[in-house]
Amino acid sequence: MASAPRSEKAAKRAARSSDPLRPSDHIDSAPEPPEPADGIAQPRLGAAGYLRFFWRQLTSMRTALVLLLLLALAAVPGSLVPQRSSDPNGVLQYERDNPDAFKVLDGLGIFSTFSSPWFSAIYLLLFISLVGCILPRTKHHLDALRARPPKTPARLARLVGYTEQTARTDAETAVAEARAVLRGAGYRVERYADSISAERGYLRETGNLIFHTALVGVLVAVGVGSGFGYSGQRVIIQDTAFTNSLASYDSFNPGRFFSDDALEPFSVRLDDFEGSYQLDPKSGAYQPIDFTAHLSTREPGGDWTDADLKVNSPLELGGTKMYLLSNGFAPVVTVRDPDGAVAFSGPVAFIPQDNNLRSLGVIKVPDGLDEQLGLLGFFYPDPMELADGTYTSVSPYPGDSSLLTLTVYTGDLGLDAGVSVNAYSLDVDELTQIAGPKADAPALELTQGQTAELPDGLGTIEFDGYQRFVGVEFHHDPTEGWVLVFALLILGGLLVSLFVPRRRMWVKATDDGTGTVRLEYAGLARGEDPGLAAAVAEVARKHAARLAPPNVG
Amino acid sequence: MTTETLAAYSLLAVYSAAAVYVLAFIASVVDLSRRSSDALATQPAASASAASSGSGTTVLAPPAPPSAAPPRSSRVARIAFALTVLGFAVHVLGLVLRGIAASRTPWANMFEFAVTGTAVIVGVYLAVNIFRNVRFLGAYITGLVALLLMLATMNVYVDVVPLPPALQSGWLVIHVFVATLGTGFFALGAGLSIAQLLQARREAGATGMRFLRGFPASDALENLAYRVNVIGFAFWTFTLIAGAIWAEHAWGRYWGWDTKEVWTFIIWVVYAGYIHARATRGWRGNPSAWLAIVGFSAVLFNFTVVNLFFKGLHAYSGLE
Ligand code: HEM
Repeated sequence: MASAPRSEKAAKRAARSSDPLRPSDHIDSAPEPPEPADGIAQPRLGAAGYLRFFWRQLTSMRTALVLLLLLALAAVPGSLVPQRSSDPNGVLQYERDNPDAFKVLDGLGIFSTFSSPWFSAIYLLLFISLVGCILPRTKHHLDALRARPPKTPARLARLVGYTEQTARTDAETAVAEARAVLRGAGYRVERYADSISAERGYLRETGNLIFHTALVGVLVAVGVGSGFGYSGQRVIIQDTAFTNSLASYDSFNPGRFFSDDALEPFSVRLDDFEGSYQLDPKSGAYQPIDFTAHLSTREPGGDWTDADLKVNSPLELGGTKMYLLSNGFAPVVTVRDPDGAVAFSGPVAFIPQDNNLRSLGVIKVPDGLDEQLGLLGFFYPDPMELADGTYTSVSPYPGDSSLLTLTVYTGDLGLDAGVSVNAYSLDVDELTQIAGPKADAPALELTQGQTAELPDGLGTIEFDGYQRFVGVEFHHDPTEGWVLVFALLILGGLLVSLFVPRRRMWVKATDDGTGTVRLEYAGLARGEDPGLAAAVAEVARKHAARLAPPNVG
Repeated sequence: MTTETLAAYSLLAVYSAAAVYVLAFIASVVDLSRRSSDALATQPAASASAASSGSGTTVLAPPAPPSAAPPRSSRVARIAFALTVLGFAVHVLGLVLRGIAASRTPWANMFEFAVTGTAVIVGVYLAVNIFRNVRFLGAYITGLVALLLMLATMNVYVDVVPLPPALQSGWLVIHVFVATLGTGFFALGAGLSIAQLLQARREAGATGMRFLRGFPASDALENLAYRVNVIGFAFWTFTLIAGAIWAEHAWGRYWGWDTKEVWTFIIWVVYAGYIHARATRGWRGNPSAWLAIVGFSAVLFNFTVVNLFFKGLHAYSGLE
């Protein structure tokens, strides 16, 4: 390329050095000079040339825009089908309902959209583009912060808000006063001959850069946090204690870089649980009003202390947060062999099936009896018999009438096979029902304190009473605070960059030699700035007031 | 008064508001059609447009004159506006009664959210009118709001019920209200963008849309749409952050790609795209206007289809 255009460009750049730097296809950038069409001038791109070319493409406004739109589009499938991360059961259900579609979609990674290669590719490219965009702009802006406001244009009359007035004073005073007025309005000022050039709103670009940089901050903080954090769930039954260790969890999701020593060995005990409800007179249904779990907690080396856990208000223990997810009843049963030796004893968490806490649970007795025993039970806090002989619960409040019904199975419970078995389900296909609708003996029905004989002389089962349980989520995220800081920077940067106007203003004084000066005022917007003309008028007014008595012309 | 009577009065007020909006809509449409048939009106499209940017720098617009609507606002137009104000007053009364009936903020299920959201849309429209004359959007706003209110009362009405524990949080008040504020600005912004697209077609020589005669020029509409949408975007950004903080309190994680979270994110990204498009050569004008319209469509989709048919943690429609 010839050297002339280049130096012209450089001159232009110097003149605009206090303007923020923008990619070449930004609306404020001068259009690129057209490429010479003849083959001879075709620049030969070396490897470095290609790299530069791709880098410029990647960091252009257009690429950023297209990647943003792609990102929005790519997120859509993740809302249409259940996701493994947020709804694993939904995914299983989908597989059962549409096995063929499932295979195709799963191949595309649709069930883990937000960690799929294509989604990751889009946001990684976007963030590379983002970094490539903000680094040069940041450097440029730091320089601009030290630059002087540009020279006063020769003719102001064509600029925004042009105002003229005269004052009985001399140019020196007028310029000094103008400087004071503009300074007071937050402008950076520079004197050029008998004029003041002023500029304000550098904060706009600062805000924009903070906004974009904080986007990168959020991404990095989220990535680090999910790598080193963990979450786990655990059902805690009343009067039992949970100690934070890997083996104690019912389910556990570690981050990629998680190691066991991240688990602070604190303990939590459920002392009591209160649920309060309100009856909706129309529907007859109980609506939950409040759940409170009364806990005792202990940090390593400390004493037990009381604490309450509620929905919407987590407890923090040694950098780990606890959340109340669910609650219910855990009937306490004791199973004895015909000689009265205890084969099983303890509370078993039953999972609520409706708002009135009709609950379903499974009791497994693998040892101690002649055969392995599996019981499928329903617990009704406030039972009422229906016409067909089944029960329902008419309120969530337990009492003396609280009922436990049990269907009894014998057979191989599958606990020895070495595969982990869900404690809350019983695979009845391989089992024989010995009490229940499909057996000779009816299902067992027990209220608190009652004992029933198991069929076939296997032994007895006693319903001792019930305890409460809570389902608790434990969550450790080491960078949560950072994510919040960056999120607030995003918001702050955005507000500043969108609503701080960036503008230039000039005041020129011309001494006409007869004891009056002609004063000219005008402004120039850098970006959207609907209030500029009013701002110029305001400066003119203030200036005139300082040079009183004014003689507005 | 009992909860039921208050709730019944509230519903009555909401019905009345919808009826008044329908009247306002009719008056607005009459006004628009008068404009197109009023053959003697000779004023050109108020070309209050920006003395728009030359190449290179943005010597942006001496501000568009505040009044861009027809110089003499017609009698019907004034009636339409007065009806809108009246409808708004009744609408807010309905909201307040609902709030008293439930003794909490009246935005905790889909019906209440719809009633609040539409009130905010009208409120934003009226408030913006204080600064800029946007009455030419009266038919769009009253039509949209009347439609949404009717759909809400017919399809998603629920009685006043107490808040489930998961919703008992100060964040409900903040997060949801700011979301509706964002929605209000996006609604107005989309209306301006639609007007901008139509006006641009007319300026390019398309015939037939003579009712646009009193509307500002397309680039003035674009600048105004931008300002309105950007305010919506700021509110939406806050919604996103407040929602994440709340989710952290309630569910133990600040972000989990739950359906509703996904859509809030999509909307945010689309509007970020819109803002970028405005600053990208070749994308200012019509393409960016389309993005604003896509963004608001996503907002409506998020509120209707996603709430009713998609499964997720944000199951607050209150319907079984
Ligand atoms: C993570 C993706 C991005 C998001 C969510 C985003 C969002 C935004 C938003 C909301 C604005 C307007 C507010 C402000 O001025 O601060 C903006 C402006 C801007 N963005 Fe981005 N951006 C992203 C990536 C990029 C990239 C990759 C580039 C570089 C090519 C870029 C360049 C710009 C520029 C130059 C402006 C100023 C526009 C103007 O002059 O009005 N952004 N961006």
